[in-house]
Amino acid sequence: MAYKGKRMNPQHFEIGQLKIIAIMLPLVIMMAIPIVFIANHAFKPMDELFAFPPTFFVRNATFENFTKLIKFSRTSGVPLSRYVFNSVIVTVLTVGLSLLFTTFAAFALSKLKFKGRDMMMTINQFALMFVPTAVLIPRYLVICKFGLIDSIWAHILPLLAYPVALFLVKQFVEQVPDALIEAAYIDGATDLTVYFKIIIPMIKPAIATAAILVFQQVWVNVETSNYYVNDDSMKTLTFYMNSLVNANNTVSGQGMAAAASLILFLPNLILFIVLQNNVMNTMAHSGIK
Amino acid sequence: MANSEKKTKKNNIRKRENSNYNGYGFMAPYALVFIIFILVPVIVAAILSFTNFNAIQWPSFVGFLNYITLITSDEVFMQHVLPNTVVYAVVVGIGGYMLSFVLAWALCNLTKPFRTVFALILYSPSMTAGVAMTVLWKVIFSGDQTGLLNSWLMSIGIINEPIIWLVSEKYLLTIVIVIGLWSSMGIGFLSMIAGILNSDEELYEAAAIDGIKNRFQEMIYITIPQMKPQMLFAAVMAVVNAFQNGLISTQLTGNPSPGYAAQLIVNHIEDYGFLRYEMGYAATVSVVLLLIVQIFSKGANALLTEKD
Repeated sequence: MAYKGKRMNPQHFEIGQLKIIAIMLPLVIMMAIPIVFIANHAFKPMDELFAFPPTFFVRNATFENFTKLIKFSRTSGVPLSRYVFNSVIVTVLTVGLSLLFTTFAAFALSKLKFKGRDMMMTINQFALMFVPTAVLIPRYLVICKFGLIDSIWAHILPLLAYPVALFLVKQFVEQVPDALIEAAYIDGATDLTVYFKIIIPMIKPAIATAAILVFQQVWVNVETSNYYVNDDSMKTLTFYMNSLVNANNTVSGQGMAAAASLILFLPNLILFIVLQNNVMNTMAHSGIK
Repeated sequence: MANSEKKTKKNNIRKRENSNYNGYGFMAPYALVFIIFILVPVIVAAILSFTNFNAIQWPSFVGFLNYITLITSDEVFMQHVLPNTVVYAVVVGIGGYMLSFVLAWALCNLTKPFRTVFALILYSPSMTAGVAMTVLWKVIFSGDQTGLLNSWLMSIGIINEPIIWLVSEKYLLTIVIVIGLWSSMGIGFLSMIAGILNSDEELYEAAAIDGIKNRFQEMIYITIPQMKPQMLFAAVMAVVNAFQNGLISTQLTGNPSPGYAAQLIVNHIEDYGFLRYEMGYAATVSVVLLLIVQIFSKGANALLTEKD
């Protein structure tokens, strides 16, 4: 029998797909185990944390570990609410400013013509391969020079330029039809009007994707707290959670540490689930040509 | 009146076609933070790499001494860090890349509900990058019988004595690699899924008529050529991911790891920069790291665009 060719993205379930599911299922389960485990561990009461042989699933779920986490911070000088407050401010400002800067730049790079544009695109293409850890020290020197040590901006400014986000948003802006923009100009629109009235509404999926990516960078970032901020009351929730995790290596600390990990991980997961359609939509244009 | 209005409109259009200075305005905020926090630090790192700098005194110029030291007399780098980094990069970079393509391809043969759930599960480990999952690995790889892995292996009888995973130089790199692979299905993976889904469906039928015989040929001749741009993007992400991850071993065992068994190039930078305060030397290693990443990405680029 002649081979008929198989379409990707089947609309209906077929028996043939069972084979693929059967092969993938064990792998998917293996990949999920650590995350399922930490979610269970976070809710284990003390006797289950100490249990021998060790248990995987929680039996009598409790919020004990989470309440301990809050109590622990009361004894450590800086209240938990201060860390939460810092983290929220830092995250909101970083994501907001970064999106503004990135969409501005993406608009300029793909729809406005000016000298040096091609060069800037090439530089950004190179910057996709940028490894932030490699410049921790020079960044520290720069931040020192600007007098930003211990200020909230030490958390924010280093993360504003994220080449991967700019690249993805730029690719998406290129999909906006030129004819539409032409028409707006003929009706007397300025560049700023085009940006707000045409570009922004049409690239919402890319904005959502960039938001997730930047959020992931800033939310779990401990480097800025570790290296650029000495004042404990200016550090972020992630820093607090990390120090807690590192300071409590005992079994009793484990439940608390698991709870902390879960608190840090969940916002990432939820944001991705909520916005995943937008992400896939953006990724369709992610190719480097 | 009407004439002059027409003229300004024409000017507007010409302005957009040649040199629109507003472009600089729109670029400026991003360019500014990019220059200050990415470009300048890279240049400073390049300059510092030629100096001896202890973070207190003004750096003194030493020429190529740091580079020479790195190549000729840094035994830790040559005997541990470089081999570890190469092994890690090959397995997590290339292996992870191929794995994410195969998984993306398999997912695209499923209906949307299955695909969405599976993709979410495969992607979610990459979101833990940077989250302190120390406790998780400490519990799983704990060195006595209370460790989850030891407990499982002993209950099915593969081992009789608990293995001290995190202190043993024999297993440490393997563990770091396994965790690296586990979290390597990141945004490159999503890009590949999207690339495959967007391929032109008509082509598959046309190809079947032209003599494509099975799914494998279809993948090689139809799917991959169509999604080369996404493949390249994913490759760049894979290279970066393969070289920038140092957090895992620090979380598991601290820095430096026992016997430097899991010391990667990023850990080496932190070791010299923030533990020994030999900033000049750390900058040298940083420059080498950035160069390696560039070279590998260029290689991926050549490999993926040549065949056109």
